Amino acid sequence: MKDHALTLTVNGAAHRITVPARRSLADALREDCGLTGTHLGCEHGVCGACTVLVDGAPIRACLMLAVQAEGAEIRTVEGLASGGTLNPLQQAFTDHHALQCGFCTPGFLMLATAMLEENPAMEEAEMVDRLSANLCRCTGYTNILRAVQAVAAARR
Amino acid sequence: MSVFGQSVMRLEDAPLLRGEGAFAADIDFPRQIHMRVVRAEMAHARLVSVDVTPALDLPGVIAAWSAADVAEVPPIPFRATKVRGLEPYCQPILAQGRVRYVGEPVAVIFAEDAAVAEDAADLVLVELEELPALLDAAAEPTDFDATRNTEPTIVRKSYGELDAAFRDAHVVVALDLAIGRHSGVPMETRGAIARYDAAQDVLELHGTAKKQHWNRDEIARLLGRAPSSVHLFEGHVGGGFGVRGELYPEDLLVCLAALRLRRPVKWIEDRREHLVATNHSREQRHRIRAAVDAEGRILAIDNVFFHDQGAYIRTHGARVADMSAGLLLGPYRVPAYRATGHFRLTNKTPAATYRSPGRFEGSFVRERLMDAIAARCGLDRVEVRRRNFVDVSEMPYARPLDALGTDVVLDSGDYALLLDKALARFGWDARVADVARRRAAGESVGLGLGVFVEKSGLGPSDGVRMTVDATGAVELVTGAASVGQGVETALAQIAAAALGVDYRRVRVVRGRTDRIEFGSGAHASRVTVMSGSATHQAGLALAALAKQTAAALLQTPEDALEIVDGVVRRVDTPEGASVTLGEVARALAPGTKLSRDRATPGLTVESWFHSDHMAYPYGVHLAQVALDRGTGQVKVEHYLVGYDVGRAVNPMLVEGQIAGGFAQGLGGALYEEFRYDERGQPLSTTFADYLMPTIAEMPPLDILVTEDAPSPLNPIGVKGAGEGGTNAVGAAIASAVDDALGGRGQVTQLPIMPRDVLRFLAEGAA
Repeated sequence: MKDHALTLTVNGAAHRITVPARRSLADALREDCGLTGTHLGCEHGVCGACTVLVDGAPIRACLMLAVQAEGAEIRTVEGLASGGTLNPLQQAFTDHHALQCGFCTPGFLMLATAMLEENPAMEEAEMVDRLSANLCRCTGYTNILRAVQAVAAARR
Repeated sequence: MSVFGQSVMRLEDAPLLRGEGAFAADIDFPRQIHMRVVRAEMAHARLVSVDVTPALDLPGVIAAWSAADVAEVPPIPFRATKVRGLEPYCQPILAQGRVRYVGEPVAVIFAEDAAVAEDAADLVLVELEELPALLDAAAEPTDFDATRNTEPTIVRKSYGELDAAFRDAHVVVALDLAIGRHSGVPMETRGAIARYDAAQDVLELHGTAKKQHWNRDEIARLLGRAPSSVHLFEGHVGGGFGVRGELYPEDLLVCLAALRLRRPVKWIEDRREHLVATNHSREQRHRIRAAVDAEGRILAIDNVFFHDQGAYIRTHGARVADMSAGLLLGPYRVPAYRATGHFRLTNKTPAATYRSPGRFEGSFVRERLMDAIAARCGLDRVEVRRRNFVDVSEMPYARPLDALGTDVVLDSGDYALLLDKALARFGWDARVADVARRRAAGESVGLGLGVFVEKSGLGPSDGVRMTVDATGAVELVTGAASVGQGVETALAQIAAAALGVDYRRVRVVRGRTDRIEFGSGAHASRVTVMSGSATHQAGLALAALAKQTAAALLQTPEDALEIVDGVVRRVDTPEGASVTLGEVARALAPGTKLSRDRATPGLTVESWFHSDHMAYPYGVHLAQVALDRGTGQVKVEHYLVGYDVGRAVNPMLVEGQIAGGFAQGLGGALYEEFRYDERGQPLSTTFADYLMPTIAEMPPLDILVTEDAPSPLNPIGVKGAGEGGTNAVGAAIASAVDDALGGRGQVTQLPIMPRDVLRFLAEGAA
């Protein structure tokens, strides 16, 4: 199988990697870039645990090939905090008990990051619709919505 | 103010929010290789041959095994109960002679790369000769092998004069009820990474959960090693719910391979595998009858049921059937009872526990029965429950039954009080009136309820070791485990409250067999009760030791001292002379004068808590639903969970458990089901087919946590909070849907799918 040398730009840093054509972006982030915060929950594009931002848009990293992401600005959960400080969305997740096991959390954080950047004045119904893209098995979702709403309210 | 009972923030969150967690797939070791499992593609077949040689020819493949290569390893064991004779039905780690479910491990590949291992698995030639698949546990048993049939045992429990009660009954109510097959399905699939340290002769297994010490002992036994030479480690666990952390064939296979191949072996389950390989749960059919007097009081219940265990018995033995028999009666007084549980094998993925096992099923059955009794006797559904409650004056209430090997003694509870509180909070009476108005206007809306008793705090023993180091930091080493529910925070709060420190200074060690010799793990809502009680005792003992030592250092009587925020000081002059716990620890270091008076140096204690009986939390679920007459969709308009947990260590975490548990119950009530075709091919093998609730399906959820009945069985009064959110969701939603359909008792099965609702609506119109 042919290997491809490429550069992924993740959270502003360049990662020069060599991967087979079939390697997904999620696997490349985890195994070739060492960024294991992006999780794989289903590998068929339903659960959203692997959600990352590619040029600002939330995508399923399990459904995109690494070679397709060359030249794009990729953002993952590892890029949210600045140094020792959680960003407001991460802080809201802990304040509102929006995570339990934490496995789906990186995906929800990235999904919500894109929502809040796009429109912090988003109505609750649209927030629910957007957040229904991802699955969580622990929290029952209510606290995730509260956390996102709290950050949206602070930004307005 | 004590941190016990406060909704303080979790200690667990920071690494999880930063993407710095250590889930199974995140664990790597130098020189590791990857395992891939070849699985059976027929539900029931004679295994004619397995040829792994084509796989071995692929570059990068290191080894490939079928049953003959692992014949010396005994099958997966189960935890003992009173039920005997189950051993012949246990699962071999690779199929021998027959395959009995789609997904059964038939061969394994080991390769340098996970993708190569997967490629190689496709090359293994498996010859199967199909046999008829048995898919209905209520059908006549067939042959399991040459000498045994597919009913390993019948679970029987009874007391009282059943026949007389049915003979003298005013009415007999009989129902045929079924619960669908669904399961925990955590967001993280399973994973197992084994490493053999030849230099120390120690086998390590990483990515474990739930039951490390039992699993360690069994892995050691099955592989012929001393338990002290096998260690299990727990990182982060992406949800447990009963299914994660059990001992599965893959756990043994990675361990065996690490020993044989002398390289670390990593296996990460994919989602399709998970849905056919990890424990299923719930599927049961009950033919239940109640003898009732003229006032709607229960005289006797006869509970005949068929438990669909799937293809093999794994770690739980017959425990779910045992609980379905022993815990069915819930909050009601039942003078005579008989349970006959047909524990049966079918050609489906093996089943075991899932959050509120046996009780989600039992509550659906019992509460459907209560609704039917109300209808037959012309009584209000709420009133018939009140008439049958065990009264608070009868507590503790001993039932002549056992479950999980312990006598069922309801330790405390005021069921009528919680029902009153829940109805008031929900606005039941106003909703009854509102529903009547909307029905008159042509809508199909209804209200439902489910009342239940949970169980928690399964014994017999748990211990902790609590130590303060020279900097004043506290380490709490437990035999408990964490599946993401907040164990560290809850135990740290209990420790901090008992000792007198900031809970953020307590580091909780869990899930590691190399740090504590014994442990019972995290399941059955047991950690807060058992490990929490041991922690409380340890904290008090450590505080006493610190005061005793500080008394010598400060030349002050012990009883004049208190510990606040990690400082030992005089109660009457808090600003006067004091010592920190770190200083006390240094005064007790090995070799010091004070340490020589003690058996063990250091500011450290070990404490054990023992319990012979379970603590029984209890709850009420109330639901309001509306049916879409066009699509058959059930919309849950409002829901309330009322739950008495004795005492809440952290109300925020308790509510989090209830909300998450509710969502899972909602899945089992309306959406989730493992379906099979007539040949036993699984149809629910992706998340597009196995439908778990998203935020869009969540109704407005109100949670009422009460502390009216602390448990008398432990020093902190707690009862487990993990399963009450799930327990009666099926019961309450079924009750509400049935009410919306006119209360005719049409709802007899879970999950309630849109096609069922359309059929019920058509039946009602006919």
